[in-house]
Amino acid sequence: MAMTIDTPAGAGEAMVLNMGPQHPATHGVLRVAVQLDGETVIQAKPDIGYLHTGIEKSCEAKTYSQAITLTDRMDYLSPLSNNLGYCLAVEKLLGLQVPKRAQYIRVLLAELTRIASHLVWLGTHAIDLGAMSVFLYCFREREEIMKIFEMVAGQRMMTSYFRIGGLALEPPAGWLDRVAAFLESFPARLVEYETLLTENRIWKMRTIGVGVISPEDAVAWGVSGPTLRASGIPYDVRKYFPYSSYEEFSFEVPTRKESDCYARYLLRLEEIRQSLSIVKQAMGKVPAEGPIHADAPGIVPPQREKMKTEMEALIYHFKIYTEGFSPPPGQVYQRVESPRGEMGCYVVSDGTPKPFRVKFRTPTFVNLQALPLLCTGSLVADVVACIGTLDIVLGEIDR
Amino acid sequence: MAETVETQVHPVAARLAAWDSAAISGTETFRGELTVTVPREQLTRVAGFLRHDPELEFDFLSDLTATDHFPAEPRFAVIYHMLSIRHRHVLNLRTWTEGANPSVASATSIWPTANWHEREVFDLFGIRFEGHPDLTRLLLPLDWEGHPLRKDYPTEGPR
Repeated sequence: MAMTIDTPAGAGEAMVLNMGPQHPATHGVLRVAVQLDGETVIQAKPDIGYLHTGIEKSCEAKTYSQAITLTDRMDYLSPLSNNLGYCLAVEKLLGLQVPKRAQYIRVLLAELTRIASHLVWLGTHAIDLGAMSVFLYCFREREEIMKIFEMVAGQRMMTSYFRIGGLALEPPAGWLDRVAAFLESFPARLVEYETLLTENRIWKMRTIGVGVISPEDAVAWGVSGPTLRASGIPYDVRKYFPYSSYEEFSFEVPTRKESDCYARYLLRLEEIRQSLSIVKQAMGKVPAEGPIHADAPGIVPPQREKMKTEMEALIYHFKIYTEGFSPPPGQVYQRVESPRGEMGCYVVSDGTPKPFRVKFRTPTFVNLQALPLLCTGSLVADVVACIGTLDIVLGEIDR
Repeated sequence: MAETVETQVHPVAARLAAWDSAAISGTETFRGELTVTVPREQLTRVAGFLRHDPELEFDFLSDLTATDHFPAEPRFAVIYHMLSIRHRHVLNLRTWTEGANPSVASATSIWPTANWHEREVFDLFGIRFEGHPDLTRLLLPLDWEGHPLRKDYPTEGPR
């Protein structure tokens, strides 16, 4: 793919270096064309699209329920957050009320997703900057969360567990014990990671003062999530526009002023702690029994037993799986706080069983756009730190 | 669209109407979301007011995208989803453009973040954004033919 870089006047002997698209530090297939004067970055241009799979176009050819599986595959490190954004959007379109029990389970799993995603971020970011061992520890803990997901949804990664109107399945007996065991062991391990990195001289040299973005620039460029909050702006969708009963949970939105890579590191660690607190609260709130589906016969597939014994349920079952359901014509935009920032889902219905248009506002698509602001004027080695600190996932950038 | 509420006036809509009611061609509320439609010629003026008016201050452009209503005319709607960090309110702004040579004014001078969003819409819908600093394809290869998110583009691809 051709891309031109204009040489600014007075740049001296500038050279253009391609980082990626095949490079582990780009976290997928990202190409950054960097123009260098010696070791100093004059310009950086991200080039995306290598993983474009036309998810939005595919959604238009599927029914509302079928499209859920595509949302897993965008941000494959936090599938449940994507499921949640899409399901909430369609539920808003339909005007569905989801039972509290399902809402709390959604919150619990969404926060576990945030912890898992931040762990992958921490591990890969550390490995980018030369700290190998953190990666191994982070993936050990993440595996515990993956096991919880597998227990609940039957899948480690592509869970598709949240469905329109509720959840896919009743969680198995004893799943909360597993969550409790994780909550028991994890905080001490988090402290271990901190002793590896927080006061580590090399880590501090590589991150302090690197990749600074001012709060004004961050807002103007639409940056969201931990990257925005590390610049001192307390925008968190969970607090600003609560969804799925987040208003019933007490948690802090950590912010920092330094706006550099180190601040974003400390901020994400603090977010993990807040998420642990939310998970703990959610465990206390989830009733042992109760409905996990909205009372909407034409939308939520009937229980297997009812389908086998009741004529009406069988008709609904047949209609849902052959034709789908038709929301009223209209358009909604639903925001959720994914681990990377504001995940927006814009769904337009024309009154047919297939969405007229689905658009995913993925947080790192927008955050990556600010990469040139972070790394212009810094050393070429810091570009790796800047890419890592944005926590990009190319699957959701290219969709 | 369904559930159009005209009697209950949204504070943001009221502020816009008080400023210049001629600049707005319609407002609608669906599921509690306010969508304001503006004529294409007024877009830059209205967007600038929304961004800079101290009572509204929509400083965060979440998303910018388009919909294709082929074969209806005007064919394309361009829609802006924004929010105000200070006032904690949201707004959807929409404008329409016709199918032959579709174009709207670029919002990059008001919200720099519109840059990639507009390139993506240009790439996938073929809508031109006048005044955009670098209107080139973003996701697809530069020599790609056609605009996949248009309704007359087959889902299975061109071949």
